[in-house]
Amino acid sequence: MEDVLPFLIGGLYAGGVYLVLHKSFVKLIIGLIILGYASNLMLFTISRITRGAPPLVPEGAEALVEPYADPLPQALVLTAIVIGFGIQAFAIVLIKVGYRIVATDNLDDLNTTDRLDD
Amino acid sequence: MENELLLVLLIPLLGGIFSLFFWMDVKRQKVVFLISTIAMTLAAINLMRSVLENEVITLQSGGWDAPFGISLVADYLSTFMVLLTGIMGLAVGIYSLGDMDRARMRFGFFPLMSFLLFSVSGAFLSGDIFNLYVWFEIMLISSFVLMALGNTKAQLEGAIKYVTLNIMASIFFLAGIGVLYGLTGTLNMADIALRINSVPDEGLITLAAVFFFIAFGVKSAVFPLFSWLPASYHTPPVAITAIFAALLTKVGVYAFIRFFTLIFTHESLFLDNLLIFTAATTMFIGVLGAAAQMEFRKILSVHIISQIGYLIMGLAIGTKLAITGVVYFIIHIVFVKTNLFLISGIVNRLKGSYELKKLGGVYHTYPFLALLFVISAFSLAGFPPLSGFWAKFALVKAGLVSDAYFLVLVALATGFLTLYSMSKIWNEVFWKKKPEDETNLEVETLKKERAGINRQVLLPVVAITVMSVGVAIWAEPIFYFAEMTAEQLLNPEIYIVNVLGVAQ
Repeated sequence: MEDVLPFLIGGLYAGGVYLVLHKSFVKLIIGLIILGYASNLMLFTISRITRGAPPLVPEGAEALVEPYADPLPQALVLTAIVIGFGIQAFAIVLIKVGYRIVATDNLDDLNTTDRLDD
Repeated sequence: MENELLLVLLIPLLGGIFSLFFWMDVKRQKVVFLISTIAMTLAAINLMRSVLENEVITLQSGGWDAPFGISLVADYLSTFMVLLTGIMGLAVGIYSLGDMDRARMRFGFFPLMSFLLFSVSGAFLSGDIFNLYVWFEIMLISSFVLMALGNTKAQLEGAIKYVTLNIMASIFFLAGIGVLYGLTGTLNMADIALRINSVPDEGLITLAAVFFFIAFGVKSAVFPLFSWLPASYHTPPVAITAIFAALLTKVGVYAFIRFFTLIFTHESLFLDNLLIFTAATTMFIGVLGAAAQMEFRKILSVHIISQIGYLIMGLAIGTKLAITGVVYFIIHIVFVKTNLFLISGIVNRLKGSYELKKLGGVYHTYPFLALLFVISAFSLAGFPPLSGFWAKFALVKAGLVSDAYFLVLVALATGFLTLYSMSKIWNEVFWKKKPEDETNLEVETLKKERAGINRQVLLPVVAITVMSVGVAIWAEPIFYFAEMTAEQLLNPEIYIVNVLGVAQ
């Protein structure tokens, strides 16, 4: 399992960057969401995966017995997913309002604020 | 003692929540915001007093001991940043009472400001890298909404770029946390600082450092990651720009200082060169970008980038004198930059424009405003005896002492170009005659739209000017404090022992 996940993460990063580089608003957001997934998965994988060993103290023992899964990365990923969800929801509403007011779906047209005034 | 630390965070949080109860009731929201921000500033002063006595104050949240629970840590650096946050929140809050339009106030401007102050102070006080990430996200979401509040076309364009690049930065931040956790197995900054010494592969530490470098680089707008800043900072109303300019990029710089003095202290030629390269290019390209602009707020926004370069320069040199300079520079730049933005807002109220071409003759009609501008602008350019001179003097001296001649050269050239763009504003806005093509009819219609000066907008500008002059006059005690801060930063043992307890 640990041998497959790096390739999956790499694929997600590549796909996310590919989508972000597109001109369409929607592809931009989908790209950002995929990049977020890639980072969450990386955070989860890089802190070592232990399967089938929940971090529960067995009956009669004083402390955890090796091997056990580290619960902290799971908590981190859960938090990161929730935060990412909120941010993505805002971003989706932003591009919807942006699409209505700027009246374009082409990121290349969003250049009026960068322009030098002459 | 620990509760003093908690008060700084609880007051703006409660302020924000209480103003949500008065949704659409602008009057009460104003009152709640003012009371909570004044209380927060007082709490920050109180915290400062107590940190000066005890060096470092640590709060272990939930009573869980250090590496297991989330620590909130107030050392000299964090505390004075929190104090600056309170003062700036109060100043910009008072300014917005007189300047912010009713529609934006009705749609939650004051609660958002409270949450922004809450999250910025939280980011300064956090002693845990994942907790820092969470504070960053709260800060981002409040700044996203503030940036887009009002839904004008320019704001939405700016906000889309700002949101996209900052989400990317968060993604890098999260990946960096993953790498660092994988290496050390802990999230507490003090604990990481201890354990990172036993990581065998220094290349992996550098890899983690680069992840954080990109994340904080985007937040603090260093070259080449700054492109969101010139695209978005000049689009919202000036009060929002001013609070962003005062706080948001400084949070990035704070994180840089914290991580590169506490955690990534290993010998790495690559990281040293990266910091030097970033400092030099950020300073120089920022100031060149500002010189090309012809709009009051755009000049000031692009200038933020160049000032960040100075701060990174001090970090890149890394000696005690350099870090002292950085601390003094942060105090100087927060006051001066915010003040310049607020003055640009007042000029807009008087003349109805930010375009340098359409402005003129402010010195003739409002000499006092021109005086306020001159003090801040020449302080920014580094004229003695104003605060910018002492800040740059310390950095340049630190550079010369450590033989960083290249950085010193770039810094001096940047100072010269800063003077160029400040005097451009002075010439165009204050000194030259009013543009002739304004026909009388247009003047009449414009006069109705022009808001004029009122007490709420003038008071913070005068107060900040006085404070920034004070920073220059009392440079010695402030430098003394900055030196203590630098000493604390360069001896991470103090921080580590205070967070983890003496037993370790």
